[in-house]
Amino acid sequence: MKQVFAILLAFITSMSVVGQSDKYVKTMESKMAAVDSTMTSAALIDLANSFQRIGDAEKNQWLPYYYAALMQAKSGYMLSNNGQTPSPSVIDPIADKSEELIKKAEELAGQNSEIYIVKKMIATLRLMADPMNRWQTNGPEATEALAKAKELNPENPRTLLLEGQDKFYTPEQYGGSKTEAKALFEAAIKKYESFKPESSISPQWGLSTTKYFYSLCK
Amino acid sequence: MKIWLSFVAFILALQPGFTQTTISGRVTDNKKHALIGVSISLKDGYDGATTDSSGRFSFTTTEKGRQIIVASFIGYRPAEQTIEIGASIINVDLQMKEEVSELKAVVITAGTFEASDKKKTTVLSPMDIVTTASGNGDITGALKTLPGAQQVGDHEGLFVRGGTATESKIFIDGTLVNNFFYSSVPNIAQRGRFSPFLFSGTVFSTGGYSALYGQALSSALILESIDLPERTQATVGISVIGVNGGYQKLSKNKKSSWGISYGYTNPALAIKLYKSVQEYSSYPVYHTGDANFRIKTSKTGILKYYGYFSANQLAFRTPSIDTLGYKEAFALKNFNMYHNLSYRENIGWKLKLNAGLSYSNNKNDINSRLNDRDDKEVVLQGLEFKNFGLIQKGDYLNAKMVLERRLQGLTMIRFGGEYNYSNDRSDFTNYNGQAFNSRIRENLATAFAETDIYITNDVAAKLGTRFEHSALLNKVNFAPRVSLAYKLSRQSQASLAYGIFYQDPETQYLPGVNPLGFAKATHYILQFQRVSDLVTLRLEAFYKKYENLIKTDFTYYGQQMSAANNNGYGDARGFEIFWRDKKTVRNLDYWISYSFLDTKRDFLNFPHAIQPSFAARHTASLVLKKFVTKWKTGLNASYNFATGRPYYYIGYDDNTHAYKFDDIGKTPDYNNVSFSINYIPGIGKQNSKMFTVYVLSVSNIFGINQVYNYQYSYNGSRKEAVIPPVKTFVYLGAFISFGIDRTQDAINNNL
Repeated sequence: MKQVFAILLAFITSMSVVGQSDKYVKTMESKMAAVDSTMTSAALIDLANSFQRIGDAEKNQWLPYYYAALMQAKSGYMLSNNGQTPSPSVIDPIADKSEELIKKAEELAGQNSEIYIVKKMIATLRLMADPMNRWQTNGPEATEALAKAKELNPENPRTLLLEGQDKFYTPEQYGGSKTEAKALFEAAIKKYESFKPESSISPQWGLSTTKYFYSLCK
Repeated sequence: MKIWLSFVAFILALQPGFTQTTISGRVTDNKKHALIGVSISLKDGYDGATTDSSGRFSFTTTEKGRQIIVASFIGYRPAEQTIEIGASIINVDLQMKEEVSELKAVVITAGTFEASDKKKTTVLSPMDIVTTASGNGDITGALKTLPGAQQVGDHEGLFVRGGTATESKIFIDGTLVNNFFYSSVPNIAQRGRFSPFLFSGTVFSTGGYSALYGQALSSALILESIDLPERTQATVGISVIGVNGGYQKLSKNKKSSWGISYGYTNPALAIKLYKSVQEYSSYPVYHTGDANFRIKTSKTGILKYYGYFSANQLAFRTPSIDTLGYKEAFALKNFNMYHNLSYRENIGWKLKLNAGLSYSNNKNDINSRLNDRDDKEVVLQGLEFKNFGLIQKGDYLNAKMVLERRLQGLTMIRFGGEYNYSNDRSDFTNYNGQAFNSRIRENLATAFAETDIYITNDVAAKLGTRFEHSALLNKVNFAPRVSLAYKLSRQSQASLAYGIFYQDPETQYLPGVNPLGFAKATHYILQFQRVSDLVTLRLEAFYKKYENLIKTDFTYYGQQMSAANNNGYGDARGFEIFWRDKKTVRNLDYWISYSFLDTKRDFLNFPHAIQPSFAARHTASLVLKKFVTKWKTGLNASYNFATGRPYYYIGYDDNTHAYKFDDIGKTPDYNNVSFSINYIPGIGKQNSKMFTVYVLSVSNIFGINQVYNYQYSYNGSRKEAVIPPVKTFVYLGAFISFGIDRTQDAINNNL
């Protein structure tokens, strides 16, 4: 009987442990769809906050912080109106917050391509807030981060998505090109098809956005 | 077995996920305003929410018992509250306190125009300086469009709020610069020696400045040199007045850099083209070279060296005002070098060290002769003084150390010392070879301390004091400085400043006849400002009192007047308005400044207190900058205005042995419209290795007659207008930089 008791106790305890990590994966999984579909700044902040809560509770998972940083950065982008990004006093605190979160993710995960994707997005966000005074600092910073993202994982389709967006939004006299953007989105879609995320909660976002931009290039 | 089953049921019941509790509430700041977007969480749990537009939140949790609810938000201190979760709905209201941060706190700004990129009060960046049409790419040229500075065109330097140019001192990385401008040439204002791009921050204080700076009665221009350059690059510049080239190398690990540059300036072509007032026998030629290195000694430490050399000469003749048909020949040779070494580091015990050491050496070789119609040297009776030679040599050593310690929040203390050594030698030779030599050596030792006290985010005070000991005067001074700032709203604040400022008598009038003391100025400043990202409004009123100014006697030392006593005095009062707007019209950046100045002083040989000839009552500037994205072109225009300035001929009455006014007049109003274009074809091009900026600038585009002042013949019987050497000046140049940047290769290889 004692054996049965011991086995049962071990089983229940392990259930509880599995339950814990299961809860992490399940909670994260439940938010994956929102990563791609959330479009308003307020909802993105809400999502970023919930990822940060998971990160703070888990303490040694990099993905919650990564997503929190990504959602913060995206919330900054969503504040743009008619191609006009708010001024640095609005954008910089958001960029700072995102940077703080991505640093936490990097401390836990080390350097990886996905982290540099977010770093690129932060640099571009800062640039957009004051292009006249920042194109010489944040411009190269964004380019370098994207190059690093590619170097760390040449198969990452998101590098092509971001590059395509740069080409898409830059005026033609400044080196932008819708045709080049289209080619990049096309290449990105191909890479998305062959891209295998490491797990159900690993970065996998961007395909729907790429398709949307691709449709705009037609 | 039943027992076991109930035991299992009991354990399962301990597992989470069975009953839920709703927690809701509202988050406000200490003024009861709702905070939107605040993250609410239960400590170490997943559950939580984000506050909505009314500051409310609501979420459900399966957690039980004692929990800590945490609110966190950008710019606010996290707020925590312990709650006991039972079965019923829980309501928690939280209040958050703003974090004391540099971004939000009140800044002490009275009398100061900061242009540092770190501070929110940014007014002028290096780019702003070079795109100010009337500034001609010169730092002080651009600063003259700000309130407080006069539009003086016949002498270099900053004339601030009724002060002379020598009352404005310039500091690079904390240490004093002795010969910031090229050596004076009669009636032609000289440019500053240093390029605006050497500096990341420019603080132009028109009064009431910190105790860290001294020996300036009116104004301090504080320049902060750049740290590491952004990339390795080579630059070449070609313009109508010269060529220059440079190379800047950033090490691979981005921890150190070095650079050299050389410039050759010869405006001969321009002078020939524009028919200058002066008839040049030797066109101005400037050779300038500089070298630098910068080493990041740690995460927080940096060691910087900047060295500068310049050799230049010119010679010209102007028709003599004293004797018709004769010419006055002036020749100048100048050699200057300047070395600045600075070091910045956090040295532990929360102390930040800023140390600087600079040495400079300057030599002027000036020759003045009277020439006849055929440019032959002559000595005329009664005008012998027109023929002289003057060799001025100066050695200057400046050392400064500041320690800064942050106490709590933004409250901090700064203290340190400064040592200034100067050795000015002047050898004057008059027409018959008689020599007068003078040597003025000064050792000035200074100690200072200052504290920034932040009582709250909204109220701050800066209290400082400065002690100076002059070996030359054998005197000490004690100069307290106080400023207060109060934040009125998110974007606006009011400040007050008071301070006492001392300065040595100008070496030009030394040695004096009698023992002399420091000249003294007391500043009172009241300021209001409203600053947002794109719009700045600044209103300032001031009163400045001068005491112990130098009075000169009719004792000529060689040809120079020398100081008789410290009995001069004066005052200046006025108000200033500054408005800058980058918002109203897209891609248009403009500023308007207006200064009203009411000043009188009795100094040098003035018979009594008068409005000096370097002070205009009303001064205004309008500066416009528009970048046309489609053309990749910046269009810049500026309009400067000043009401006429008085001028005087001061004669000497041999009977009463006193100075008197023999003639008084007023110059016409000053108007100047300038225009410049920058064309940047490579802007935004990602893959170009070459980056070119073309510059076309036209000063005084409408050719308006400008009169800076009047000069008199030695006996006062004739006078003539002092006008700019060239009425309208057209400048054309191209600046090319070759970026040697490997990141582009990395991208290309990966595509």
